[in-house]
Amino acid sequence: MHLHEHQGKTLLAQIGFPVPPGRVARTPAEAAAAAREVGGDAWLVKAQVHSGGRGKAGGVRRAAGVAEVEDAARALLGTRLVTAQSAGRGLPVEAVLVERPMETVRELYLAMLVDRRRERVAVLAAGAGGMEIEALAASDPAAVASVVVEPVAGLMPYQCRRLAFGLGLDAQAGAALGRRLPALYRLFAERDLALLEINPLGITPAGEPVALDVKIQVDDNALYRQPELAALADAGQEEAAERAARTFGLNYIRLDGDIGCMVNGAGLAMGTMDLIKLQGGKPANFLDVGGTATPERVAEAFKLILSDPGVRAILVNIFGGIVRCDVIAEGIVRAVREARVTVPVVVRLEGTHAEQGRERLQASGLDLITAADLTEAARKAVAAAGGGPVR
Amino acid sequence: MILVDAQTRVICQGFTGKQGTFHSRQALAYGTRLVGGVTPGKGGQTHLDLPVFDTVHEAVAATGAQATMIYVPAPFAADAILEAADAGIGLIVCITEGIPVQDMIRVKAALRGADVRLVGPNCPGVIAPGACKIGIMPGEIHAEGVIGIVSRSGTLTYEAVSQTTRAGLGQSTCVGIGGDPVHGLGFVDCLALFEQDRQTKGIVLVGEIGGSDEEDAAEYIRAHVRKPVVAYVAGLTAPPGRRMGHAGAVIRGGRGTARDKVAALQDAGVTIAHSPDEIGARMKSFFSG
Repeated sequence: MHLHEHQGKTLLAQIGFPVPPGRVARTPAEAAAAAREVGGDAWLVKAQVHSGGRGKAGGVRRAAGVAEVEDAARALLGTRLVTAQSAGRGLPVEAVLVERPMETVRELYLAMLVDRRRERVAVLAAGAGGMEIEALAASDPAAVASVVVEPVAGLMPYQCRRLAFGLGLDAQAGAALGRRLPALYRLFAERDLALLEINPLGITPAGEPVALDVKIQVDDNALYRQPELAALADAGQEEAAERAARTFGLNYIRLDGDIGCMVNGAGLAMGTMDLIKLQGGKPANFLDVGGTATPERVAEAFKLILSDPGVRAILVNIFGGIVRCDVIAEGIVRAVREARVTVPVVVRLEGTHAEQGRERLQASGLDLITAADLTEAARKAVAAAGGGPVR
Repeated sequence: MILVDAQTRVICQGFTGKQGTFHSRQALAYGTRLVGGVTPGKGGQTHLDLPVFDTVHEAVAATGAQATMIYVPAPFAADAILEAADAGIGLIVCITEGIPVQDMIRVKAALRGADVRLVGPNCPGVIAPGACKIGIMPGEIHAEGVIGIVSRSGTLTYEAVSQTTRAGLGQSTCVGIGGDPVHGLGFVDCLALFEQDRQTKGIVLVGEIGGSDEEDAAEYIRAHVRKPVVAYVAGLTAPPGRRMGHAGAVIRGGRGTARDKVAALQDAGVTIAHSPDEIGARMKSFFSG
């Protein structure tokens, strides 16, 4: 789960990590009031959306007076911001952060994330912001200072020193940053964060660190024990269909192709998408109906796939295990009838009671295209989406 | 076979719950030597004609259990894993999905140096066909045979299983290592076991996007594995930055792509199945003639 910048900065401020003075506003009038409260004679007005690359997309404005703050807020609020990272989708701007611009002598990069190979939280720091830290670490390892944290000991002072010296900070700025890192690690560990990225991390002329921007993701699996963070979820930033999918326990990601996919199991769902590509088609979505697909979930999955107007054929690929194929077939038949599916549907059933499942599909009288294996299923789906002959 | 055999004494944690009951019944029907289960507060009762214990320590003392399958809900799973390890269980198979990654970091730190093997979490489990089934996989698609299968994905494992069954090869043992970023046994651990195992003649490795387990596997195979390996890696079409179902299946910063993994495996001499339904045929080609 993503947090907005202003929510992340509130978390940082709570643990004493310096952030620029700022206030969030949801109307132009609130923005003007926020500017007066923040004080000073210049402000940044920053669109609050779940994406990086906001500056280049015009989502961060400089304002030299309260009237300009109000204008900037008016220009941003209620619009949709398309960034280089939002996959062509416009993210609704429902709030802006009105912030005092900070004078800095250096801008750095700092991140905490889970290092899968080391099975620990890693703290990464680099002397330059910009690219994703893993990419930088891969292309130029020497440019990134990193330490991994032993969970019982926590982030130790020597590790903080290594990071600070690795960044080439002078003793005073290094000490000022190092003093604040253990609390940042505790925030990460205790609040079940999946990613904490401060980019840029400014160093003020006085040698103090300040988080100019922060990106925080919370571990979805831990939301049950982080009610305060769970309450910060902004469902409006998500694709509506993806949001709906979650309420039914389905895993759905919309893509830009025309073949809707319904598959049980995440790996097989990816494999099915790959096969469609191999056969010359483009998947419209990733959809995992769960390792144990039930007729109810299948019905909901059909509705989701059909909510995408770009879908021209549907490929159902189910490996029946504990839930038998004949039961799944029953669900498919019911769902196709109820959802009034008008695009061709290719079904491949494999596993427990697959034969009975196929018989059930054929007996339904519905115009379902069956396939014996995955490749044939993908080929038929690609042909069907292209309007060509299927058999 | 690896990890288990027909004599392995197994208990179930979360025994009397819905999942635990269902899959314990399936395991018994398959012939797994299930000797009891644990549900705190229900000790002394009988469930599925087997004894229920309050603690894993009691279960081990009373039954000599060597392996456990964990079906407790995610908030209690880390506790269940460490309880089993503390009680001296040698093989811990955690089926539970949705465990917070911080819990797994602590679990792995606590298990470091302990003489225990953890499989999972968020996995289908372990099966040695005809001998022992610990997990949620459909038993009937398996056949006793010579192929070792190790996989990060559940249903893709079943694909590999049914294809190797149909090819007449069968399986020695199938291990689902799970889809979480921090987990127990990895590809390398299982490759080492399969390479040593006399029953196993070939190995299927099923990977997916995210992390570097496949790259590590490739390095290990190059140096240590002489048996034929067929690999399939899912997610060539997965968009970067999106989590594809499994918590660990995400391409970050251009790292963890299927393309890189396939290249690493290919470079190590592994036979690549470019589609999930080529797995059986690719493996069969090593055994015909």
